[in-house]
Amino acid sequence: MNSENFSVSRKPPIATTGLLGWLRMNLFSNWFNSLLTFLVIYLLYLILPSFFNWTIFSADFIYNDFGDRIIDRTLCTGRVDPERGGGACWSIIFVRFYQFVYGFYPREEVWRVNITYFLLVVAILPLLFEKFPQRKYFLYFTIIFPVIAFFLLYSGFGLLNTVRTNMWGGLLVTLVLGFTGIALAFPLGIILSLGRRSKLPVISMVCTLFIEFIRGVPLITLLFFGMVMLPLFLPEGVNLDGLIRVLVAVTLFQSAYMAEVIRGGLQAIPQGQYEAAQSVGLTYWQMNRKIILPQAIRITIPSIVNTSIGLFKDTTLVVIVGQLDLLGIGRAALADQTWMGLSQEVYVFVALVFFIFTFSMSRYSLYLEKKLKTGNNAGAD
Amino acid sequence: MSENSIISLQNVNKWFGDFHVLQDVNLEVKKKERIVVCGPSGSGKSTMIRCINRLEEHQEGTIIVDGIELTGNLKNIDSVRKEVGMVFQQFNLFPHLSVKENITLAPIWVKKMPKKEAEELAMLHLEKVKIPEQANKFPGQLSGGQQQRVAIARSLAMNPNIMLFDEPTSALDPEMIKEVLDVMVGLAEDGMTMIVVTHEMGFAKTVADRMVFMDEGKIIEQAVPDKFFTNPDSDRTKLFLSQILNH
Repeated sequence: MNSENFSVSRKPPIATTGLLGWLRMNLFSNWFNSLLTFLVIYLLYLILPSFFNWTIFSADFIYNDFGDRIIDRTLCTGRVDPERGGGACWSIIFVRFYQFVYGFYPREEVWRVNITYFLLVVAILPLLFEKFPQRKYFLYFTIIFPVIAFFLLYSGFGLLNTVRTNMWGGLLVTLVLGFTGIALAFPLGIILSLGRRSKLPVISMVCTLFIEFIRGVPLITLLFFGMVMLPLFLPEGVNLDGLIRVLVAVTLFQSAYMAEVIRGGLQAIPQGQYEAAQSVGLTYWQMNRKIILPQAIRITIPSIVNTSIGLFKDTTLVVIVGQLDLLGIGRAALADQTWMGLSQEVYVFVALVFFIFTFSMSRYSLYLEKKLKTGNNAGAD
Repeated sequence: MSENSIISLQNVNKWFGDFHVLQDVNLEVKKKERIVVCGPSGSGKSTMIRCINRLEEHQEGTIIVDGIELTGNLKNIDSVRKEVGMVFQQFNLFPHLSVKENITLAPIWVKKMPKKEAEELAMLHLEKVKIPEQANKFPGQLSGGQQQRVAIARSLAMNPNIMLFDEPTSALDPEMIKEVLDVMVGLAEDGMTMIVVTHEMGFAKTVADRMVFMDEGKIIEQAVPDKFFTNPDSDRTKLFLSQILNH
């Protein structure tokens, strides 16, 4: 067969391809669009120069304009010479960088946090990318990573000094809360969503009540519950660590949302899939594990990532119960006499860090969606 | 129950809400027998065969499959499902698994067969249904007829004694019906016990040992194809046949 016999394919008209075509199609397709385009360009012209001026061109980083190393707010260019000021004074971030990343973790022990950060990357990458070499073995590591991380950060396996969690802070707390919350809430959410759809009335009722109760109260309430009420339920003498109490609250909160998201996916699976799985003799758990859940999770990936991003940002609420996460550390820095008044710099920095994490999550979910749409990958295991 | 029945339904009754979908159904199927069930839509044909592997629960009467009575006992249900394969109108392949994985899943997980052995078995059955070259594709990339043949191979891989077919060709484009029916004829020739719900009367005439006609939840008539098509006892059967044969 020679397809050239059928038709000679011609190139498309020039004005519909390339940069010119793109501009025409997207920005100047009609007079109204063109007007909007010019309006937006004008607004950007108004905003961008002063934005870059503040963040970069007139900003102080480590030294001020007079060549002095900035160690407190009075040395920021704007304070020394108000005429020349007008840029951000990022020194607060540099000087207090350690606190932002590790909180009050003892400096001589900080290598433990660094190793944990490194191991976190090692644990997550094979989870995210299917083509990761030796993925199967790395995934075993991913599963035990939380345990390793806990002992490494907290007690050092009994060999090192215990670093109590009230010394933890900043990004460390944010990451611990965010990742543990997401990682624990996921399996819990799956079980709750299956439970809610169970044919056994007791199980379904318990799960439904749990989900509805947790979803019905704000996260802050749960955090207070974890701090104030949880100790009342524990046996005498058991004193749960503050961060763990917060973690319990965050996990329960997230698991309820996760359960509802996954339940949405479960409902989209046609009855025929259940019947086919049953007719070849799979048990309830085999059916869910190999047939139903892989499909349900696949279609709910965008929502799962969405609630995960929500949780990651919600971790900032823990400052209310006295945990100093990234935002909390920032506020603590601002309360410090030496740096008072640099709130714009701190909040912009904290926002940027959060944005980097949440944006990566959302890009990853897009990548995953695209990959799953093309389809030919990944069996059930 | 007669001695050599492999499937026996005695006075089976079932309701969907108030709707009496199966009314005193009695059916005996012998080993290697091939039954074709027909009847107007809503007559309970599908429900009846779905009761045989407990996709539907009957509320009265007894169903015994290969000596095992279907009750609430989960163990019994599991052992019956291992004996009984089922093919659905909508194929119901697992879309997230490749053709080969669709077939090996149950042998690996239910029968604990080693992966390698299961894959060889899968290829064997794919050759039987004449699409070994599709093994690594995904269900969404196959035509309806090919999907249905994979579904048959998937059931056969569990080595069932009995195969149930629930309108296996109704969702297919006309040019694909034959390839599926050919596979089913091949199965029949191999001596599989089959219950087939279908409107393919040509298939029924060549393959069936016995025709079962259902209407309004009852079995109206059972007869060998010769008699069924030329001289049925019941007026309702005659009416039904005239409707489907003379269009």
